[in-house]
Amino acid sequence: MERDDLIVNDSYAINATHSEEEGKKIRKKLFAVTALLTAITIIEVFMGVAFKRNGTFAWETIKLTFLVLTLVKAAYIVLIFMHLGDEKKNLKYVVLLPYALFIMYLIFIGLYEGVAIQEANSIWR
Amino acid sequence: MAGHTKNLSKDELWGGNASPFAVSYGKMMMWYFLVSDALTFGGLLTAYGVIRHSSSEPWPVGEQVFEALPGLHGSYPLMYVALMTFILIISSVTMVLAVEAGHRRDKKGVIKWLGYTIIGGFFFLGSQAWEWSHFIHGSGGGFQVNKSLTVTGELDNGEKVEMTLNAGSWVNMTSDFGHEYEHAMEGGHEAAPAAEHGHGGHGEHTEAHAAPSHVDVNSLKPTELILNKYVLVHKDGKDIRKVTVKGEDCQKLWDAKADGTMAFGANMHKNEYAIQQQYANFFFFVTGFHGFHVFSGVVINIIVWFMALGGEFERRGHYETIEKIGLYWHFVDLVWVFVFTFFYLI
Repeated sequence: MERDDLIVNDSYAINATHSEEEGKKIRKKLFAVTALLTAITIIEVFMGVAFKRNGTFAWETIKLTFLVLTLVKAAYIVLIFMHLGDEKKNLKYVVLLPYALFIMYLIFIGLYEGVAIQEANSIWR
Repeated sequence: MAGHTKNLSKDELWGGNASPFAVSYGKMMMWYFLVSDALTFGGLLTAYGVIRHSSSEPWPVGEQVFEALPGLHGSYPLMYVALMTFILIISSVTMVLAVEAGHRRDKKGVIKWLGYTIIGGFFFLGSQAWEWSHFIHGSGGGFQVNKSLTVTGELDNGEKVEMTLNAGSWVNMTSDFGHEYEHAMEGGHEAAPAAEHGHGGHGEHTEAHAAPSHVDVNSLKPTELILNKYVLVHKDGKDIRKVTVKGEDCQKLWDAKADGTMAFGANMHKNEYAIQQQYANFFFFVTGFHGFHVFSGVVINIIVWFMALGGEFERRGHYETIEKIGLYWHFVDLVWVFVFTFFYLI
């Protein structure tokens, strides 16, 4: 069998090169992203240790902040480290849109079913 | 788009040899695989969310369960898992540098950075092994209280405090007594079948086997229990998580132990951290599934490292394979970012 990734589509791979100067710029960007991801992780750990989990409004806000920070981290990993930001629009949306839909559905299921199960338990147990 | 297709002949349109995504077949399929794998992890984390959200009992707090560091005593909440996260992020960076070196067709650079990535992967796997082993062994046991009671305990500085435990609340302890009790429980398990065996005519053997470990679990009574881990009492605006209970109060607390709830460490049936066994099961399954992904990633990276060393990619004229395995490795890092948030932070 012919390896189509080697023969037919080689041009995509061969054209995906860059020079030493471009490389320097790219690495600079990568190091900046690294610093950002590390900083976010440190902030998250600090918040996790410092704030009490007591179900108050403050803690709910912190929880939301964790989710936002996590999504920021995820976006940087996917768009910069995985180069999805540099790909064609088609590929970007084929990957991101179905997943975004799926996640919204799952969050709905998680919250809605979770509450329903809790209510059922409180009645029948 | 429709405007463009009008100008193309049928042969051009259906003849293949071009990708609407301008990526190779292999890279596109890697993306599709990652989307499907992300759906799996998304499903697992959602199941965890549903169970946790539907639980009416309090769920264990990450910063209180995971607070140990290897070789050190005392409380270092979340430090170890933060270190693991940092290791994985750094190995992700070395991977992206390997991909960058590949784009410059810099063989030495690829070998160097991919090598660092593999080392980072091994460090992460080792850390996870320690984390699991610590989680499984536990720190002294836990049990559920079957009625509300008020007991007096002592703080580290000798100050007396009165604490009220509600019916059904979970307490965690550190004490030598916990270990003694655990051994007696295990001994009890072993002694029963051995005694049966004895009726079959192996009297001598049975006696030697059963005698040293057979301590009646019910006869064991503690004189001192050190409660730790979870918040026990609020005093002067502070959460107090460590209280030593002695004498009569200790008896009172021990007698309030709900039947069959005593647990040491964690396994697939019981765990000392919470009433909900799903807590331990989800921990094992999700971090285990992620760890297995890291393990496969390390194996694939090692194979590709040797291919790079042998000059395979120089022969092909490009280093796209590095890009593909890079995608997988970054995905593993991405999943950990979410596991970290849901299991340890929230």
